Amino acid sequence: MAFRVITMKSGAMMATARYLTRRNMTHGGSCCGNHHHHHPPFERKKQQSCSRSLSGFWRFNSTKASAVDVYSSDEDVTNTNHHQGLDFPGGHVSYTHSLNFISKSSTQNRVPCYRVLDDNGVVIRSSSGDLESQLQQQPLISQQTALKIYREMVRLQVMDTIFYEAQRQGRLSFYLTSTGEEAISVASAAALSSDDVVMPQYREPGVLLWRGFSLREFADQCFGNKDDYGKGRQMPIHYGSNKLNYFTVSSPLAFEEACMTQLLLCLNSYLQGDFHAGLNFAAVTESPVVFVCRNNGWAISTNVSEQFRSDGIVVKGQAYGIDSIRVDGNDALAVYNSIRAARQMAVNQGKPVLVEFLTYRVGHHSTSDDSTKYRPMDEIEHWKVTRNPVSRFRKWVEGNGWWNEDEESELRSATRKQLLQAIQAAERTEKPFLEEMFTDVYDETPSNLREQQEQLREIIKRHPKDYPSDIPV
Amino acid sequence: MASVLGRYGRKWSLGCVSYHKNHLPRFSTVTHSAVPSEPIQQQQAGRSMNLYSAINQALHIALESDSRSYVFGEDVGFGGVFRCTTGLAERFGKHRVFNTPLCEQGIVGFAIGLAAMDNRAVAEIQFADYIFPAFDQIVNEAAKFRYRSGGQFNCGGLTIRAPYGAVGHGGHYHSQSPEAFFCHVPGIKVVIPRSPSQAKGLLLSSIRDQNPVVFFEPKWLYRLSVEEVPEHDYMLPLSEAEVIREGSDITLVGWGAQLSIMEQACIDAEKEGISCELIDLKTLIPWDKETVEASVSKTGRLLVSHEAPITGGFGAEISASIVERCFLRLEAPVSRVCGLDTPFPLVFEPFYMPNKNKVSRKYWFPKICVTTWCSSASWQLVFG
Repeated sequence: MAFRVITMKSGAMMATARYLTRRNMTHGGSCCGNHHHHHPPFERKKQQSCSRSLSGFWRFNSTKASAVDVYSSDEDVTNTNHHQGLDFPGGHVSYTHSLNFISKSSTQNRVPCYRVLDDNGVVIRSSSGDLESQLQQQPLISQQTALKIYREMVRLQVMDTIFYEAQRQGRLSFYLTSTGEEAISVASAAALSSDDVVMPQYREPGVLLWRGFSLREFADQCFGNKDDYGKGRQMPIHYGSNKLNYFTVSSPLAFEEACMTQLLLCLNSYLQGDFHAGLNFAAVTESPVVFVCRNNGWAISTNVSEQFRSDGIVVKGQAYGIDSIRVDGNDALAVYNSIRAARQMAVNQGKPVLVEFLTYRVGHHSTSDDSTKYRPMDEIEHWKVTRNPVSRFRKWVEGNGWWNEDEESELRSATRKQLLQAIQAAERTEKPFLEEMFTDVYDETPSNLREQQEQLREIIKRHPKDYPSDIPV
Repeated sequence: MASVLGRYGRKWSLGCVSYHKNHLPRFSTVTHSAVPSEPIQQQQAGRSMNLYSAINQALHIALESDSRSYVFGEDVGFGGVFRCTTGLAERFGKHRVFNTPLCEQGIVGFAIGLAAMDNRAVAEIQFADYIFPAFDQIVNEAAKFRYRSGGQFNCGGLTIRAPYGAVGHGGHYHSQSPEAFFCHVPGIKVVIPRSPSQAKGLLLSSIRDQNPVVFFEPKWLYRLSVEEVPEHDYMLPLSEAEVIREGSDITLVGWGAQLSIMEQACIDAEKEGISCELIDLKTLIPWDKETVEASVSKTGRLLVSHEAPITGGFGAEISASIVERCFLRLEAPVSRVCGLDTPFPLVFEPFYMPNKNKVSRKYWFPKICVTTWCSSASWQLVFG
């Protein structure tokens, strides 16, 4: 099966990298740094008045270029007065005599990554007065929420293990794990409200777990039985629930975004063309959408260096006029805090926000993949053991005295038991009726489909042995 | 435009659209509407208007009757490059009628998202030639949205409008008829009106239909086609073909602007004593096989005509289906008179187009001749 998937490198990004110099975005204009302007003393041109329509489209009353005075000879050549400039559609822009190109981001100059917990699950204390330390002054999260996040991460881990095994045993046709990325989906969901609509890619069942999708419901979809909300039409892991505001997973990774009035969380492929279209549209329409990127280093076997040359995905937000942040996706608290903040920005300010989670895909892409063929075993082990988001968060909740070993083993064994029961029950449940192949193509079944169904039934009647017996006709 | 008109013999006269006397619109595909629909004959007084005005009126009504409907696309704000969206932004506000970035993929993706949240999204693609960047969104997302979710979600409120077809000087990228690509996609509907009054009713039905609809508007007719259009809110049923001219010797099937050509050919044929039955398909998928089948059972001959290239065109689907259903009633092979298998040319357009002077393909069929489109001087149909 050929999924079009993201390929992003986990990379060796270090939190010590300093922020890219934020471009000086003046009203309707921008200027490049690192060069000298050669400006005459010049009265700043009266700011062009502009009218802003509800759609945010800027119109200018005048786009005439301002007249340039001859400058005096004793002008200080290092004068960086940027007031002199030009008006073009799009705004006032300073001009420069220097032929300087904006350099692409280098490996030394990457956007730093927000985290709260270190690798040992200890809250990082910062002596500086930055946002991180401010947040640490208050309780990060309630015990109840933290424990729920942790429990669902564990359940997700167990669910992935059992379903994966079931596929290997031939009981499921396909499965895809979230191994190594449990914190992202669960903690993000925790930071949202249940009304927030989520448009997932396919590695976010943690959102459903958080919102109350039962293990049996997961199993029903994987087995494609009559209780599957998708009516057996799609491969396993293509969950969807309108009750839980979780759009049905689709393989091609296209974007549909924008309800202009409701918060939407989008997780999807960030190299497809429609990512760019989606971000741009969200920015122009000022839609309250949080775009979430799981930069896990790999798209099947293609790693990030073969996917893009920018500094990850976070810099693309700025390119589209969207506030963005890079976050340690294996730090459940950082995930929670950042999504909470992003949500608040989107809702209160009515604008899109981009969050890039850096993480690592520990598991194979899916049950159809063997990733040891294209990456070293020790790399996988390193991330599985040392950088595991579940054990990292566990250390923190245990450190607070909220969790212990007994509860851990109890949760795992109980979940395992429930899953095995769910799988058995789902496997035994009969498949949807044949008729369901023909419904929902349109709201009502048209005559051509009714005809085709009749013809099909005649053929099945004549050759019943050539058709699966577990689909009731 | 008048010279082009004269050159190609495209004329559209008032009243050449005729309704079958027993025809009453049935609204089986419409599950809700703001205003009860009525048979079009019992209409209120109409006003003479052209195609783009009729479409404009339909959009005004759609936006007025449903506060959760939106119209957007490139340049729609000032009225659109074909004036179809005139006055909408002023009347309903820029939060409901607005320009989009120049990105068809985004326009349709955005529209699907809106529709998925229970809004009515009327997205305009400026020319059907530019719809292809949105093809993945239409095929893999819009068309499958309801099916893949088991009916939990749908984007039925989506309507994509696009001007299509020859315009006399459009060349490769302002003349295409891409309907066949979309007719191959289960889950969407494809609707093509032939005239202003049809366009208004069909567009309102398309917007209010609970399935995603691709609505192709014959741009040639935007100004040229003028007729009386009822001013009230009315809808015409989808997936119902209409016999617009009764006859007994041969059935002709077409849609959109091509019907005006075929109408002229029918008139010429009548002078030669050949009685033609002309059917406007209106909805290409799901299409009304029953009406065409009934007609061909009566006449025994079928000719399909469309501007799009002949190979793989929708005429092939009609031909195959009718041969399957009416084989024993057919007295001649099904004929297709279509565009050529070339990109749409500029200076060669008069040669490319399936106008009434065109000669159809020649069959080997022993005693029965095919329908031929001869020069305007004569019309020959030989019965075996």
